Amino acid sequence: MKSVRRIWNRIVEFVIEKAIFLAGILSIVFVVLIFVFLLKEGLSLFKEYSPLAFLFGTKWYPISHPPSFGIVPLLLGSVVVTLGSIVIAVPLGVGAAIYVGEVAPVWLREILKATVEFLAAIPSIVLGFIGLVTLVPLVKQVFHLQTGLTAISGSIMLAFMAMPTIVSMMEDALRAVPSSYRYGAIALGATRWQTIWRVMLPAASSGMLAAVMLGIGRVIGETMAVMMITGNAAGIPTSLMQPVRTMTATIAAEMGEAVQGSDHYFSLFAIGIVLFIITFAINLTAAFFINRRSKA
Amino acid sequence: MKLDARLTEKVVFFLLLLATLVIVVPVFLIAGLIVKNGFAALSWEFLTQSPRLGMRAGGIFPAIVGTMYLVFGTAVFALPAGIFAAVYLCEYAKESRLTRIIDVAIVNLAGVPSVVYGLFGLGLFVVFLKFGTSILSGSLTLAIMSLPVIVTASREALNSVPQSFREVSLALGATRWQTISRVVLPNALPGIITGAILAISRAAGETAPILFTVAAFYLPRLPQTLFDQCMALPYHLYVISTQVPNLKPHIQYGTTLVLILMILIMNLTAVFIRAHFRKKKQW
Amino acid sequence: MVDETSKDKLVVKDLNVRYGTKEVLRQISFAVRSNEILGIIGPANSGKTSLLRTLNRLNDNDAAFSMSGTVTLDGQDIYKKMAPHTLRRKMGIIFALPTPLPLSIYENIAYGPKLHGTRNKTALNEIIERTLRASFLWDEVKDRLDMPAMKLSGGQQQRLCIARTLAVEPEIILYDEPCSGLDPISTAKVEEAMTLLTKQFTQILVTNNTKQAARVSDRTAFFLTGELVEIDETQRIFTVPCDQRTEDYVSGRFG
Repeated sequence: MKSVRRIWNRIVEFVIEKAIFLAGILSIVFVVLIFVFLLKEGLSLFKEYSPLAFLFGTKWYPISHPPSFGIVPLLLGSVVVTLGSIVIAVPLGVGAAIYVGEVAPVWLREILKATVEFLAAIPSIVLGFIGLVTLVPLVKQVFHLQTGLTAISGSIMLAFMAMPTIVSMMEDALRAVPSSYRYGAIALGATRWQTIWRVMLPAASSGMLAAVMLGIGRVIGETMAVMMITGNAAGIPTSLMQPVRTMTATIAAEMGEAVQGSDHYFSLFAIGIVLFIITFAINLTAAFFINRRSKA
Repeated sequence: MKLDARLTEKVVFFLLLLATLVIVVPVFLIAGLIVKNGFAALSWEFLTQSPRLGMRAGGIFPAIVGTMYLVFGTAVFALPAGIFAAVYLCEYAKESRLTRIIDVAIVNLAGVPSVVYGLFGLGLFVVFLKFGTSILSGSLTLAIMSLPVIVTASREALNSVPQSFREVSLALGATRWQTISRVVLPNALPGIITGAILAISRAAGETAPILFTVAAFYLPRLPQTLFDQCMALPYHLYVISTQVPNLKPHIQYGTTLVLILMILIMNLTAVFIRAHFRKKKQW
Repeated sequence: MVDETSKDKLVVKDLNVRYGTKEVLRQISFAVRSNEILGIIGPANSGKTSLLRTLNRLNDNDAAFSMSGTVTLDGQDIYKKMAPHTLRRKMGIIFALPTPLPLSIYENIAYGPKLHGTRNKTALNEIIERTLRASFLWDEVKDRLDMPAMKLSGGQQQRLCIARTLAVEPEIILYDEPCSGLDPISTAKVEEAMTLLTKQFTQILVTNNTKQAARVSDRTAFFLTGELVEIDETQRIFTVPCDQRTEDYVSGRFG
């Protein structure tokens, strides 16, 4: 009786341990699967359409005859919006991270952190909607534009959305600086700001760089809010004050209308490949900086 | 010189405060805007009826139910996979090339854009596995997206269980799995649940991954099986704020408020669980 | 019967242990007899704790650990012929710091028996009373068995750990400096328990406290920087050791 149960327990344990191992490698499986499925659908485009025309073409006219699938306008759209948002987000994010991590009194720090966490919890679609009804009219009015649905609106919104990532990761980086550095500087008579500026920031630079990288990753991949407030005109952008269309928005907006198995459908997956490779590279770089920090 | 340094510090700290306020104040404004306009829209009818007149009237009941189904489906798929993956990494695997590759994979899964998850779900679940545009496809897609977050949170929780607990259990003749199931997991569970709820609450608000895998533009009846489409709050909000002209804004704000409240309730539950068990914790 | 007790219970032969490139035990060979208390003494970093962890296979999951040589329990190779959990059931260990699980006193002791299939309430109650009496804890806790074990004092916790180990009815009990964190009164109680347990168990006591080894062990082994310098009757080790280094250590000249 007892030995039957023991054998049964053995079998159960064996099965569970196999399941645990499978779950362990699941992340690898999914990364590979994602890439494989993007390739499988995306590369179908190039049976009839030249990869060069896709990568370097300057016209995105997916439903004209003949169609044109040049992603340069979309790529530039993503780049312009991302650059704009980084220019806004980095100084603000660094400032806020220093303030929250080093300057603010404890009670205020808790409130600020909770607020930033709340911001992180707001879905992209909600921020898109709010941006549409508040930010877009504001941009139109301030810059005297015909429409507020422009790259600059997208940049501002994305900067805002990247804040939780940037602020909390930079704060982590600052906190990871050994406190002996800080006390050493203070003991030498430095003011708090001198300590932060000359000791803390250089020591935390790797982690802060990683924060910026992950922020960029978040911004490039952002879809819904960008689609709702950048105007979605697939022309080559020449300024921040005009409507643009990003790669993510193109996929989200056009997949609904693309016929399954058509070149248009495949081309959206091809954009997915480009996006996947870009974010993959960004994340690897960020991981590299984080590892460097933990080794230093 | 000394005075100068003090003055610089004052000015700089003021600028830092300003930067912080630029980020924080809009958050409060947004919250205020949603609450003020959203509460006006909330009513029994709004919460319990289907949309009518091309979404211009009626309620958002099918979207609420749909989002609940998706949250539930995501949890069912992502929780066991995520927890088991963390158990493998913390309790079974010795550090090796394989674990380093898994780490890289997790980092990258966490960074894949949500719309790419949507493409993947469309390619794998909807088309290749022929699940169609369905709750099943959507839940699986959202689950894979939540996986890295759940794994990371579970790992932290498992690592916080003292090593001595494991050794004691092993020393008493327990097998590895007995040790994990009787000592490690019970003590790590509050942390795991907290992290998992946070991850799944994020999934609840996602739009791009469900755009092509599950979401129905308008579906007045409730889904009957896993293979049915359903409405969902985030997608509904997208539809009514971009595709439906001449809509009274209170419906949009109401939908927003309901979505935010659902997410907030999940988050607060997580915070409560964490606080509750931290108080009870003996180690 | 007499033969049975004098037989070698545990035999260690040519044991070498490394963590990564660091050699912690070199060419260790000795035998432990049934129902004796073997004291193991030596200064810090002499490999005593590594030895116990190797005997109990607690290093199995450590990627840096490697070993050569054999350890046999009743003639069976513990690394080649036994599953680790089977081995550990026969060979309990008491750690240096008391390590109650975050459970009640009752559940701490019941943990082992439940693992091994005892679910009957009366049987469990009987085990708990017997083991707590054997570790001299029964009178102090009999009215509050539902109390979290973490709330006991350090000395009580350590005696609970002994009771918990007794509850799985091992054949050998390993002690890794069990009294290092305890006050003299608790130490005396633990030592008293150990002396009474010789009737049923073989015990190996690693200790930093040479006087403790002198008080309780039948035989004593002296370890120094990973080597077994000398093993003999306790009395001889402390009065007429063969090796000069042993004499220097037990007389307090270093360590």
